[in-house]
Parts: sequence; C-alpha cells; structure tokens
Amino acid sequence: MIQEHDSVIVRTVVRALVPFIQLFALYVVFHGHYSPGGGFQGGVILAATYILIALALGRAELDRRVREGVVLLLSAVGVLIFTLAGVLGPLRGAALLDYAVLPVPGVAGPPVRGLGILVIEIGVAFGVAGALTVIFCRLAKAGEGEEEDSA
Amino acid sequence: MSVLLNDLFLAMLVVLALVAVRVRDLVGAVLALAAYGFTLSLVWAAMGAVDVAFTEAVVGAGASTVFFLATLLRTVRTERARPPRGRGPALAAVLLLGGLLVLAAHDFPHWGDPASPASVHVSPRYLEQGYHETAAPNIVTAVLADYRAYDTLIEVVVIFTAGLACWLLLGRRRT
Repeated sequence: MIQEHDSVIVRTVVRALVPFIQLFALYVVFHGHYSPGGGFQGGVILAATYILIALALGRAELDRRVREGVVLLLSAVGVLIFTLAGVLGPLRGAALLDYAVLPVPGVAGPPVRGLGILVIEIGVAFGVAGALTVIFCRLAKAGEGEEEDSA
Repeated sequence: MSVLLNDLFLAMLVVLALVAVRVRDLVGAVLALAAYGFTLSLVWAAMGAVDVAFTEAVVGAGASTVFFLATLLRTVRTERARPPRGRGPALAAVLLLGGLLVLAAHDFPHWGDPASPASVHVSPRYLEQGYHETAAPNIVTAVLADYRAYDTLIEVVVIFTAGLACWLLLGRRRT
C-alpha cells in the first residue's frame, strides 16, 4: 500500500495542482485538431494525475476518489464510443470509420468528419486514461507484505 | 545545427540504452530507461514530429517508468547475476545481424528526401486534401483519427486489453 507522502509541501502542491493538470489534459484532448496532442496524449496525462494522487496523497486517497471497477468500465465505454462511431458508417451505407455519415443536425460536409474525429478522440481518451489508471492501481496494489497471496 | 543536435541525442540514446542494460540496480535501470524515453522524444521533436514527441514524452518517459517502478515494488530491486557462459555465439549473432542492418540502412532514402516512397505515395494527397476533407488543421490528427482510424481503433483495443488483463491477473485476494 502506498502511503501518504511525508512532506507537507508535496501533499499541498499536488492537491492544488491536480485540477489544473486535469484541465490541461482536457485541453490536450480537445485541441488535438489544432495542435499536437489528442485523445491518446490527453488520456495519458489524465491517468498521470491519478497516479500522482496515489504517490503523493496515498493509495487510500485514490481509492476514495475513484473506484477501480468504474474506471475499467469507463475504459470500455471509450472503446465502445470509438467502435460505435466507426460502425455507423457501414450501417448507413458508407465505409467503416467514415464519419461523414454521422447524424449531426445543422452541420454538413467536412466539418462532420472533424466532429467525428472529436468523438473518437474522446473515446480514445476514456479508453487510454481508464486502462492506464487500472494498470497502475493493480500493479501498485500488493506492494509489500501481500506477496504470499501469489503462492 | 539541428543535424548536429540530433547526432548528439542519438549518441545519448546509445549510452543510456547501455546503462539501462548494464546497471545491476533495477531502479537505476528504470530511470536510465526514462531518460532514454525523454531523449527519444527530443529526437522526434528535432525531426519536427511533435505529436510523436508528445506521445513519447508522456508514455516513454512518464507512464511506463511509473509502471516499471510499481512492478519493482512487487518483485526485487536487484538483478540476479547471470553466469557469463554462452556469450560468444550470442555476440557473433548480434554483430552479424547488426552489421546486416547497418549495411541495409545504406539503401534507405535520405532523411526528408521528397522523392522517397513514403513522400510520394499517399502523403501528398493527405497534405493537399486533408483540411478540405476533415476540417482538422493538424494533419497528424486527421491521418490518425480519420484516414488511418482503423489502426488507432485497434491500438485503443490493445491498451484496453492490457488494462483488463492487469485487472484480472493482479491484486486478487486468494481465499
């Protein structure tokens, strides 16, 4: 079990910084159209904030904020968003992953494909952030003293 | 200047890789690997591949380092000494294959060659039509999330599968 960090400076700074890092992660996800970044990078940054919480504020604080099962479910939802946006093409007589046929009221042509990219980037962000958070939670769970359960 | 900087980064990569392999203390090896990932992201940035550099920085230098350290928590910190036997054939094989690779690399197109197959196949079409077709100014995003979305979809499935596997295999309470 990862304990709370000894230094009050680390704890305070992390507590204050986490929301801003998460905001930056969202910016990276949603600004991928215009600048380097996208769902993958933003998702990793989002997962990193939860790892940071566990390292600085202790594993108990992370468990208080997120539930592992829910996080894994959100990861699956991300994959589902991507897949649904993809198979809508064939269902409407277009190619797989052709976002031009997505039903967006009031928008037509290339901007629909741009919106489709945004949709799947959100899916990627959910998928990556959830999976990485779960991997860290599971890897860091046993820690010291619980090895005997791997016998 | 940029080429000189790139050569420096590439030399650092070789040194850091050697350190990561040779160091007996595994925490040191992981940190060398993190430095390797960060240097690699500098190489990508120097080549102008900023999206790849971003990914390498967050994954190669960031997430994978934390995962390695968390794994070390569950295992041991020092590498077990291996008997120095059977090194000769392995070294010969590595030198032979490495030499072949270096030899083959001479047939590669030059860095940034506009006549290289990669630059004359579908890339020009993406660059010319990408913005009109997808309304995404960042052409890398347009290619990754639209033209080559199939690849990205499977990539996300792979990462989800990794998360699921960790969920199923690790941290279970045996009763």
